[in-house]
Amino acid sequence: MIYLDYAATTPVDPRILDAMLPYFSETFGNPSSVHRYGQRAEAAVDAARETVAAALHCQPDEIIFTSCGSESDNLALRGVALAMREQNGANWIITNRAEHPAVSKTAEHLEKHYDFKVEWLDVDEHGMILPQAIEKAICGSTAIVSVMYANNEIGTVNRIHEIAAICRAHGVPFHTDAVQAAAYLPVDVDVLGVDLMSLGSHKFYGPKGVGVLYVRKGTPIFPALTGGGQEFGLRSGTSNVPYIVGFAQALKLTVAEREARAAHVRPLRDRIIGTVLEEIPDSRLTGHPDNRLPNHCSFVFRDVDGNTLLQMLDAAGFACSSGSACKTGNPEPSEVIKALGFSRDWGLGSLRVTLGVGMTPEHVDAFLQELPSLVERVRKLNQR
Amino acid sequence: MSGGVDSSVAAALLKEQGHDVMGMMLRLWSEPGKEDSNRCCTPDSMALARRVAAILDIPFYVIDAKDIFRNTVVNYFLDGYARGVTPNPCLECNRRIRWGFLLEHALAMGVDFMATGHYARIETGVGKVNLLRAVDASKDQSYVLHVLTQNQLQRALFPVGEHPKSEIRSLADKYGLPVARRPDSQDLCFLAGEDYRDFISRYAPQIVAPGEIVSRDGSLLGRHTGLVNYTIGQRKGLGIPSPVPLYVLGKDAETNTLIVGTADQLGCGEITVRDVNWISGKPAADVFQAAVKVRYTAQEASAAVTLLDDGNSARVRFDEPQRGVTPGQAAVFYDGDLVLGGGIIA
Repeated sequence: MIYLDYAATTPVDPRILDAMLPYFSETFGNPSSVHRYGQRAEAAVDAARETVAAALHCQPDEIIFTSCGSESDNLALRGVALAMREQNGANWIITNRAEHPAVSKTAEHLEKHYDFKVEWLDVDEHGMILPQAIEKAICGSTAIVSVMYANNEIGTVNRIHEIAAICRAHGVPFHTDAVQAAAYLPVDVDVLGVDLMSLGSHKFYGPKGVGVLYVRKGTPIFPALTGGGQEFGLRSGTSNVPYIVGFAQALKLTVAEREARAAHVRPLRDRIIGTVLEEIPDSRLTGHPDNRLPNHCSFVFRDVDGNTLLQMLDAAGFACSSGSACKTGNPEPSEVIKALGFSRDWGLGSLRVTLGVGMTPEHVDAFLQELPSLVERVRKLNQR
Repeated sequence: MSGGVDSSVAAALLKEQGHDVMGMMLRLWSEPGKEDSNRCCTPDSMALARRVAAILDIPFYVIDAKDIFRNTVVNYFLDGYARGVTPNPCLECNRRIRWGFLLEHALAMGVDFMATGHYARIETGVGKVNLLRAVDASKDQSYVLHVLTQNQLQRALFPVGEHPKSEIRSLADKYGLPVARRPDSQDLCFLAGEDYRDFISRYAPQIVAPGEIVSRDGSLLGRHTGLVNYTIGQRKGLGIPSPVPLYVLGKDAETNTLIVGTADQLGCGEITVRDVNWISGKPAADVFQAAVKVRYTAQEASAAVTLLDDGNSARVRFDEPQRGVTPGQAAVFYDGDLVLGGGIIA
């Protein structure tokens, strides 16, 4: 099997696993405890927080450890929206249909059950949010703006610092979901100018089950989980010490190795995109041709059932993904693909191929050897 | 795979025999609003099939066949009732969906054989593949497989057909498979537990028009509520006062009349069978003696089968008149355990 789904998740780097292992059975204390077991665990969490803060170029008390990127998104939207409304009556949320469901479904929930209004901004044909659109929509009653850094399905990278500057000028908190971006793009919060940023370590060779929300000091925010008051009162619950250690180690390595990793995957990505568009009839690249993640290829094929294509690829030994991925045989084009304006005959035929450190040119060759004939086979099977 | 015991054990047996196995499940159609209620692929059965595949450590894929199922099987069902017959959509599903669409899909994925949990047997004969009854006569499902062609049978495996049902249950335990202890159901999967008559009156209301009930000699005996509401051999619910019990003998869709008669008229001595599929690819002889099964649950009856000139129909003359012979159902010809072929009762 060849793994071509690094945007879904990545294997844990052995260096990171090694860093985590002592915190399961040896240094197992609860960081909240008074005794030395607790103190040692607390020291590990503090050190991890400092490592993450250094990587993001912020203060340690601006780092909130969570259980995943989705939780970070939830805390950002829910926490800030509710706090902003209480503080100054702001009740508008500005976001868009290309966001990860962790953002879009949370915005919908706030709209349906908490009486917020959501402004869904259009994306352009590459899935990009134009800063002008933010400028036009933002106002005094905007509680939060949320725009993802890089799109998980189509790889498009948004102009985050421009959007952040607009929000800053209007005094509106700005959140970015950087879960997909952090593996390959700079995450310096001062350069970006963001107030809140979500991360999850399993996208960059860290463990699943741990995330971070960066919260700029002074940002109005309520906790999403209440209890013992861990994580500066914003995220109660016993600290997941080994995973927090793993997160920090993963981010540190990513910052150090980012350029080398990007240099490794970018030419492979370009070869895949070039070959697919050239060799497969009725194929189109989705997302931005240039402003895209260096490991990210995404396509639509006309009159192809994307789910069938994924099954065929899997049977042939290639693990990929799709915007209509569905394990229950009930395919629908994804919100993102729909937001790009594709009709159904194109929209159902999406394919995402994402690369990582384990990829070799031989893997790419093998993949490109098979894909065109598999697409043809799926077209022939088309039941309609 | 359906999540049921038979297909689960079939997969386990093949895996144990050393085959490289992958699991496939069909996502079939049911009405809008009841999408998750098709009995063949409820979320529960899908979760169960997925669990079985994980325990067997085989890949598992759900194949979307909703549109083609609606356009073939469900239409076949509605068309049959519109023509006044009682169709068996499971036959069409076996022919067009399982051993058509799904097999084509599986072959495109690179498989050599497709197995199902049907109780039947495959035997390689001289230059052809034979279809045989299951070892367990009480569970035999060869009746619904008579539609298969040599091309399909050459790719077919029926691992559970070699075992008695009781053994399949204990094999499931042996392999640690969490299969549902649900009772086998005879209901059509896409009805999602609903009465077929309600379904038809919504999807093809024009075919449930009331009409006349007549006797064989044409005398008017009463009114019926729509031909779909009656089955051949039915006695109750006719609403006709009569000194002797009356039974449904037949339906005439053209005149929308229901034909009834007395018990002695129920027997049917001769039928025509159309669209005959011969398992070997051709009939054994122009005239031959066979055991003929006229319903999934019927006992075989000895009959003389004579080929008709059109080449794909046959006349079947029973040694003894048979009851409950229903147009639209299949008549399947056997020679001992061997399935010779079968077709639709005209």
